Amino acid sequence: MDVYISDILLNAPFEIVVLTALIVLVLESTRGTRPNISSWTSIGGLSLAAVAALTNLGASVETFGGMLQSGGFANYYGALFCISAVMTILFSRNYFERQNYHRGEAYILLLFATLGMMVIAASNDLIMIFLGIELMSICLYVLAGLFRHRDRSNEASLKYFLLGAFATGFLLYGIALIYGSTGTTNIASIRTAFPHVSHDLLFLTGSGLLLAGFAFKIAAVPFHMWAPDVYEGSPTPISGFMSTGAKAAAFAALIAVFSRVFGPSENAVHQIIALIAAASMIAGNVVALAQSNLKRLLAYSSIAHAGYMLVGLAAGTADGQIGVMYYLAVYALMNLGAFGIIGALETENDQNLQMDDYAGLSEREPVLAACMAVFLFGLAGFPPLAGFFGKYYVFLAAVKARLLWLAVIGVLASLMSAYYYLRIIVFMYFEKTKAESVPISVPMSVRWTVIFCAVLVLLFGLFPSVIVQTVLRVLF
Amino acid sequence: MIPLQYYLIVSAVMFVIGAVGVITRRNALVVFMAIELMLNSVNLTLVGFSAFLGDASGQILVFFVMTVAAAEAAIGLAIIIALFRKKLTVNLDEINILKW
Repeated sequence: MDVYISDILLNAPFEIVVLTALIVLVLESTRGTRPNISSWTSIGGLSLAAVAALTNLGASVETFGGMLQSGGFANYYGALFCISAVMTILFSRNYFERQNYHRGEAYILLLFATLGMMVIAASNDLIMIFLGIELMSICLYVLAGLFRHRDRSNEASLKYFLLGAFATGFLLYGIALIYGSTGTTNIASIRTAFPHVSHDLLFLTGSGLLLAGFAFKIAAVPFHMWAPDVYEGSPTPISGFMSTGAKAAAFAALIAVFSRVFGPSENAVHQIIALIAAASMIAGNVVALAQSNLKRLLAYSSIAHAGYMLVGLAAGTADGQIGVMYYLAVYALMNLGAFGIIGALETENDQNLQMDDYAGLSEREPVLAACMAVFLFGLAGFPPLAGFFGKYYVFLAAVKARLLWLAVIGVLASLMSAYYYLRIIVFMYFEKTKAESVPISVPMSVRWTVIFCAVLVLLFGLFPSVIVQTVLRVLF
Repeated sequence: MIPLQYYLIVSAVMFVIGAVGVITRRNALVVFMAIELMLNSVNLTLVGFSAFLGDASGQILVFFVMTVAAAEAAIGLAIIIALFRKKLTVNLDEINILKW
């Protein structure tokens, strides 16, 4: 159980993020709040951590006495979280300024939330998964209520906190029961013990409670009720971060626990995941049809996307896992970009968020409108874009695993989703600008970040093998 | 020695009381107390298993849970205070701007 230098070197991305967070914390508390310096320091640290993660995509190695599993799998997610956080900060800088929030503390919380996500993806022990989830969630509760003088932000924060802590209770009880039935919290040891406990009531109850806890974090039906309220009330770039980073982190934990412990064998857990997936796809898309507030619409769409990704997990095969990991990466780009644009166009007091506020956007802001169209087509899953291949891979995995009914529901649900995504595009391109709409100046940094996301969505759609090859390398 | 089942039954009952409290009570502070009850019932389960199995890692997890619960209490109360200053209520039924 000794700590070796190699452990420290293998976990370099973590240490970079921790150091950056501590530096920003000290800077903020000693030299007065300076959002500019804090944000650029955070961006620098996170970029460095992303590079450090991407340089080590080799096989996974157990570090720190088997608590963490460093290497490809953890680093793939680590890079994903760091890049999402960098984009979130790039969008937030301008957003906070326009919302009259001139403080740098948000970046500290973002850094620690990112760290929590990275811990989840790297954990090889249920204790680490719990700590990672809590580190991430506690920072996100505060970030949701960042605008503490606004009713909506307060309410989002309280709802997220109460329901999140409630879900933590279930997660922990699940961990306790699994520990009781197997005598260990180490995921690899639970895997070895699995054949002896696979019909143990204690173990199955524990797994069910653990699944409920994770389903809450990815906002899957029936544990999705918090998501629309929280995404609508939170500061917009933070909503984007929660819907991509936090979701990807919970999926990493799901893959780590359920795929590693249960394996591809057909069993009750995969059937339950399939049912959750079907319910999320249907409920998310049906309710999204009725929404006119874009943040809320994207919240319901993110519930539906959690459903699509769960289809890959329900298949329980390696193909499914590859599909989910590809989907998570491209979904992060599309959703961050979409939330970035919504945040850039939002005016004070939560105005300019309705669908008809986007009428005639193609005349006022041709570049942003084009990028938004790319993201929405991608989310709807139109062929040349990255979103299509994400859905293709998970549905294909479901068909191969003889879950044809689930794939059919998935395809029908994404057809339904095309309606509300296209409706926004119709407003942007075929409606006249409202007379009372105020012109908004969008700074270059936000423009370039959005364009960067859109180009990546196109590129990963044209060349999906870039990501798939990386995923194959880190998984096997 | 008291058998393990007794600890498990007590903690399961505590957990259910906590969960029912979260669902039925409308005061944010009481809901939060119910959540703490759930976490403590988990701690009891963990300590029971840990003593029964003769394995320390369950008790180590309890320390982590207590630390996290303290952090959560700090954040939770701060959020409730921020909300109370704005709305002068902690009744969850009156906190309802966000809905579809």
